[in-house]
Amino acid sequence: MIKAENKWKYKRLLKNAAFAGVCLVVAACCLFPFYWAVVSSFRDGANIFSTDLWPTHLSFENYKTVFKDKTFLCSFWNSAAVATMTAFLTLAVCLFAAYPLARHRFPGRKRVLMIALGVTTLPQVAVLSGMFELIRVLDIYNEKAALVLSYMIITVPFTLWTMTNFMKSIPKEIEEAAIMDGANQRTILMKVFFPILGPATVTTGLLAFIAAWNEFLFALTFTLTNQARTVPVSLALFSGASQHEVPYGLIMAASVLVTLPLVVLVVIFQRRIISGLTVGSVKG
Amino acid sequence: MKKNEMQEMNGGKLIKMPKGQKKTSVKKDNPWLNNWLFLAPCLLTLALCAGWPLLKTIYFSFTDAALDSLNDFEFIGIDNFINLARDQDWWIAVKNTFVITVVAVPLETILGMMIALILHKNFKGRGWMRAIVLVPWTIPTIVSARMWAWMLNDVYGIVNELLIRVGIIDSPIPWIASNTLSIVSIILVDVWKTTPYMALLLLAGLQSLPQDCFEAAEVDSIPFRKVLMKIILPLMKPTIIVAMVFRGLETFKIFDLVYILSSGNSATATMSVFARKHLVDYADVGFGSAAATALLFFIAFLSIFYISFNRKKLNKLS
Repeated sequence: MIKAENKWKYKRLLKNAAFAGVCLVVAACCLFPFYWAVVSSFRDGANIFSTDLWPTHLSFENYKTVFKDKTFLCSFWNSAAVATMTAFLTLAVCLFAAYPLARHRFPGRKRVLMIALGVTTLPQVAVLSGMFELIRVLDIYNEKAALVLSYMIITVPFTLWTMTNFMKSIPKEIEEAAIMDGANQRTILMKVFFPILGPATVTTGLLAFIAAWNEFLFALTFTLTNQARTVPVSLALFSGASQHEVPYGLIMAASVLVTLPLVVLVVIFQRRIISGLTVGSVKG
Repeated sequence: MKKNEMQEMNGGKLIKMPKGQKKTSVKKDNPWLNNWLFLAPCLLTLALCAGWPLLKTIYFSFTDAALDSLNDFEFIGIDNFINLARDQDWWIAVKNTFVITVVAVPLETILGMMIALILHKNFKGRGWMRAIVLVPWTIPTIVSARMWAWMLNDVYGIVNELLIRVGIIDSPIPWIASNTLSIVSIILVDVWKTTPYMALLLLAGLQSLPQDCFEAAEVDSIPFRKVLMKIILPLMKPTIIVAMVFRGLETFKIFDLVYILSSGNSATATMSVFARKHLVDYADVGFGSAAATALLFFIAFLSIFYISFNRKKLNKLS
């Protein structure tokens, strides 16, 4: 009897250990590249070629160089500005649009949602030449406005779906109570729905911000000068004095700087981001 | 809020208005006008930054427009498409795109399912695990491409070094310099980067399954393998298919990773890279647009599939 119990305990322990092992492997796979970038970024000069897995050097030389690099700082500012503007504009447009889509039934409603879904599947290159012409016509080539405009195609459909889903989840009793109190649609939206949706808005705004911050193809195509570039572009075009000598230490330092704000945001808003990512996307 | 979201995941009900009944009792509102007024900015934005450029691109694909003469071009019919069909590099790009998609998406699904099952379990440190799993998704694509390019460097890369140390290989492998291997690298990095997202989608699906199934299986002490094969996978089938099609569509458009991780030659290009190269680098807007339009057709084909699967969800929304 006791033996059987011990055996059972032993089995359970083994099972737990195996599970912990799998967890560790998964965590290591997820984190190692970023860890390695951090470790490499603290190795200056020839130390970068060290393959010691532990952080053996601690030199801020790479970071100093990056911070002295005006082009990089400029692109950092560009990215922040473009991503913020994109997020705000997207939210402004989608918050209003999501209201009738989520709360009302009217002809054409389904079609609007379908169109938004269709736009999410559009490849970016498929709008590239048309967008290029539009930007030329509007005379905003090589400016932030060009990027904000083109990023809307990525952020708006996604945000629209997510916001519609969030807004749909507000119980109708709240709306009915407001109607009973004599509120019209605009008051319901501004005084009832928007405050309730505060957290959801932060989530979707954050997702739009991240999407804009990470975008590469449009940024590469619609900017020309160093002053107009965003971080991904300047990172991609970062090269050393000669073609064969890629300054990996610098690139890693810049990469860490670019990623750190995002990682912090995601760890803080982890739960919200997950709900935002899954509420608007595919589910069976 | 939280509770509502859960309700949402379980397919919460929506206000159903009988046809013909007025939306609100407030007379001042004209619901029809109001609805479209609210929608107008969004629709205008979509028309301006998606509709117009899309139509224009398709239009350009029938012309010989060049980048520096976007107003001065001639209509040349389907010549661009004929040239495209004759272009060997294009077919290489098509093949590469297909290979990457067909290999990467199933890998992501399997690994994503594994991670989703881990995250679905209730254990100490689950919050941490969830945050850690999100990290690859958070890192900008260009950054991960550059990070991996450094790790996969043939001379100084840590990956070769570790593989040699463990004894799997004898000499360094040219992960990025070799054409075949650079496709492998692209798939590797794409899987690393997008598996978290897949895991989240599948986790949402797992959480919306009737949980008493799992409890019943546990009470009957049915081995996990059987639970997975007989309960979880059959119930998750629709979610898995939709997630795979969704990821397939995304992978089909792959650009950033390929741009960084291959040496830029046509042997490793994908359709997006090919189209952009002709459009911008060679300034041949007509031909580039034709390639982009062809990619659009591939995507449209997949999209119809995808949207018809989402129809079910749309019906839930309405």
